[in-house]
Amino acid sequence: MRYMLLIYVNEAAMAAAPTDKTYEISAAYGAYTEALKKSGAWLAGDRLKPTQAATSVRMANGKTNVLDGPYADTKEQLAGFYMIEAEDADAAIAWAARCPAASAGTVELRPIWEQTM
Amino acid sequence: MENGQEIARAAAEVAARQSYGKLVAWLAARTRDVAGAEDALADAFAAALERWPRTGVPKKPEAWLLAVARRRRVDAVRRRLTSEAGREHLKLIAEEAEAHMTDEDLPDERLRLMFVCAHPAIESSVRSPLILQTVLGFDAATIASAFLVSPATMGQRLVRAKSRIRETGIPFRVPERAELGERLDAVLEAIYAAFAEGWSDPAGTETRRRNLATEGIWLGRLVVSLMPDEPETLGLLSLMLFAEARRAARRDAAGDYVPLAEQDYTLWDRALVDEAEALLGRAATMGVIGRYQLEAAVQSAHAARRLTGRTDWVAIRELYDALLSIAGSPVVAINRAVAIAEAEGAVAGLAALYVLGDDNRLDDYQPYWAACAGLLARLGQVPQATEAYDRAIGLERDPAVRRFLQGKRAVLRN
Repeated sequence: MRYMLLIYVNEAAMAAAPTDKTYEISAAYGAYTEALKKSGAWLAGDRLKPTQAATSVRMANGKTNVLDGPYADTKEQLAGFYMIEAEDADAAIAWAARCPAASAGTVELRPIWEQTM
Repeated sequence: MENGQEIARAAAEVAARQSYGKLVAWLAARTRDVAGAEDALADAFAAALERWPRTGVPKKPEAWLLAVARRRRVDAVRRRLTSEAGREHLKLIAEEAEAHMTDEDLPDERLRLMFVCAHPAIESSVRSPLILQTVLGFDAATIASAFLVSPATMGQRLVRAKSRIRETGIPFRVPERAELGERLDAVLEAIYAAFAEGWSDPAGTETRRRNLATEGIWLGRLVVSLMPDEPETLGLLSLMLFAEARRAARRDAAGDYVPLAEQDYTLWDRALVDEAEALLGRAATMGVIGRYQLEAAVQSAHAARRLTGRTDWVAIRELYDALLSIAGSPVVAINRAVAIAEAEGAVAGLAALYVLGDDNRLDDYQPYWAACAGLLARLGQVPQATEAYDRAIGLERDPAVRRFLQGKRAVLRN
């Protein structure tokens, strides 16, 4: 099954982290991505630019509304994602637990709604 | 003050668990209906956990729980789907228990209940959760987090296992001599699984997990008290106590991971080590060796460093040889390879690791890659060591261990 790992972290805290800490974190993500790839679980994944670069678009009453900023104002912000192939939910949770974000923020795990046709 | 409250709370929790597990076991042994027994007692147990820390543990805790359970029966809250079964149990309590229970203690059926939970007809991955729930009263969400499973999934698995107990008619009894060995192994394995999940949170930052290690030891003590003449039960308790004794030494002041061989042994809990040694000694007099005694003996060999100042890797290697022959697993094989490396050199250790390389299960197994990385680094094979460290870092979920591995990897380049 395919799963989406949505990575939520505190953007402000990440931005304020000292350089060596930032280096340590990105190295950890690099290693995590490699481990996913080597075991054949990796399908896709990327880091997102911070929410200050976000734009939210919504159409109401035939009128398009374009706003600066993310859709929802939350304590932790969506910062990246992985899409993985995992045998079942247990295996997906095991991967989510290894994601560096699991100890710094939250990893939301969502099964992909597969088209069965 | 704070400390006094903590102690009162801990004492109350222990008493509540004792009584709760006993009552569940006693009821379930008579009806084979574990879920019904739990249902009958759930509210009373919750009330005890809330109340006893403040009021102190009542003189007859089981009688208290039963009285509350019966009172709550009439509450409208209790009219849930499952309350039918719960009511049946309460009737049983009222009829049977009142006669004996006021003066005597409840007969302890928890050992039987554990044998039911670890029965071959119960899927092995749910045995440990089942024991934690029925004997100790843990809720599904707590167990789920510890075992890295979603709470909804864990809930379903537990419900399914309990209905299986009833439907397949698993007997509530301690197995006969002939099959006891194998069946006891399953019980001990389930207890050790609970301990190991708790052990994986060395800093104790997650209270739930740390508690699980404590609960594993508690269950180990319970089994030892109920089966004092089984060497493997002594071995398991000894093993868990050795491991627990080192808790404070597993992280340094900065919260960073410290590998066993580099731990400051003055931080090991000497009372626990002594108790573990005594248990292992007692087991040895019974003349039947087994997996847990061997693993405890490995721990004992490590603990001997506090007396001799050095680690006897040759002895440890021999213990792992014996372990591999009676209970081979990737974990044992990797530890054995590490011992070989220490005793005979990195090349020999690496050779022992590479023999395992065909096993697909190792692809996602952090200890394998960490061990490879360490030995490759020692041999100066920097590119391969770097790759293996990356693999280990990517598979690790404990941030402290991740930092430790990253540190090792960084040193490679210098």
